[in-house]
Amino acid sequence: MANLRDIRRRIKSVKNTSQITKAMQMVAATKMRRAQQVAISLRPYASKLDDIAGHLYANMGKDEISHPLLQKRNKSGKTAVVVITSEKGLCGPLNTNLLRDVIKADDSSKVYISVGKKGRQVLARLKKNLLADFELKDTPSFSDSKTISRFVLQKFEEGQFDAVEIYYNRFVNTLTQVPTRYPLVPIGAGVLEVAKALGEAERSEALATSNKGPIFHNFEPDADVLLGKLLPYYVHLELYEKILESRASEHSARMVAMKNATDNAKQLVKDLTLEYNKARQASITNEILEISSAAAMMAK
Amino acid sequence: MATLKLEILTPDAKIFEGDVDSVLLPGAEGDMGVLPQHEALITQLNAGELHIMHNGKTEILAIGEGFAEITATTVNVLTDGAVNEKDIDEKVAEEAVKRAEDLLKSNTLEGEELEATQASLARSLVQIGVKRRRRS
Repeated sequence: MANLRDIRRRIKSVKNTSQITKAMQMVAATKMRRAQQVAISLRPYASKLDDIAGHLYANMGKDEISHPLLQKRNKSGKTAVVVITSEKGLCGPLNTNLLRDVIKADDSSKVYISVGKKGRQVLARLKKNLLADFELKDTPSFSDSKTISRFVLQKFEEGQFDAVEIYYNRFVNTLTQVPTRYPLVPIGAGVLEVAKALGEAERSEALATSNKGPIFHNFEPDADVLLGKLLPYYVHLELYEKILESRASEHSARMVAMKNATDNAKQLVKDLTLEYNKARQASITNEILEISSAAAMMAK
Repeated sequence: MATLKLEILTPDAKIFEGDVDSVLLPGAEGDMGVLPQHEALITQLNAGELHIMHNGKTEILAIGEGFAEITATTVNVLTDGAVNEKDIDEKVAEEAVKRAEDLLKSNTLEGEELEATQASLARSLVQIGVKRRRRS
């Protein structure tokens, strides 16, 4: 049986592959934990930002504020789409699912900003209107992400588009990541809800304790100006949050994909070993048969 | 003596938390010293040096732009990034400056790349400034 050696060779190569996928699975698991850790360490900053915005609200003396980042407008009729994908492959259907959603929602009013190599490749191949392309390190820092959001804000101020949305993979749990569309600009009511609630609570508390009115803090510069400065930080923060979440999704998707690959490889090795043993036995039986029939011939 | 509770937060981590005697902040409208019983104030910060004074010792941090919330007993600083003077490696910062300057000189950068490089140049220069001042 000539294919005995072939089977042995295949078993060896499958074993090698499974070792690699196993290692990648472990690396992805570590990176996922790290990505989640970073996302958690973002929280104190985010809640403090809400606090400050809340104080500003309480001291402004009016409920609604006008700022370009808060208003719907219709100047250029364009929408910028920030597509956050991974830099590397081997993470299951993660990028494919996300990009399918992006393409489905595509029309002539969209301009694209790709974050991550996978998104760029697809968008460039489909000859979409790609405004900019960013690549990120494995562990993106706030300043990396700020480069992107600053660019987005600048183009927004120039009036190149009226709205910005993010497509990213929302992290539900290790097994589930959902492609999600998130409107970044105009800043939605949900983002400032906490700040508004804090502000109103503070104002009513101030009214209850003194009749002088809700003036608590001094501001440098004015509260209105300061809030205008603060709003871009919400954009910076939101984008950073989404990038971190995408990273966590990517690593967990890769971990699951690699676990499946390892399991498959193990099953394959099992099947091949069985086949190998069968072939080996068959060849031994054959040999015995040959020897015994030869002996029988001689005995005659 | 009364102390201030100082907290410095960046998106990546909590850089500093503790009681201090006074703080010097790089405010958008000029540097300001903050002592306990300061009036409540919210202000914008520029990139610059933040001095923490405690028990006669001064600690200097290089911070990015951000915001500060001051009350009679607390100071909360929100900033893009903060580096302790002790952790600044002058050589590394100098190399970063050189790299950024070279890139800017070569004029091949455009748009957002140019901006990012200028920003990183500014950051590194602040860091070097902090280190040098401390030494002289």
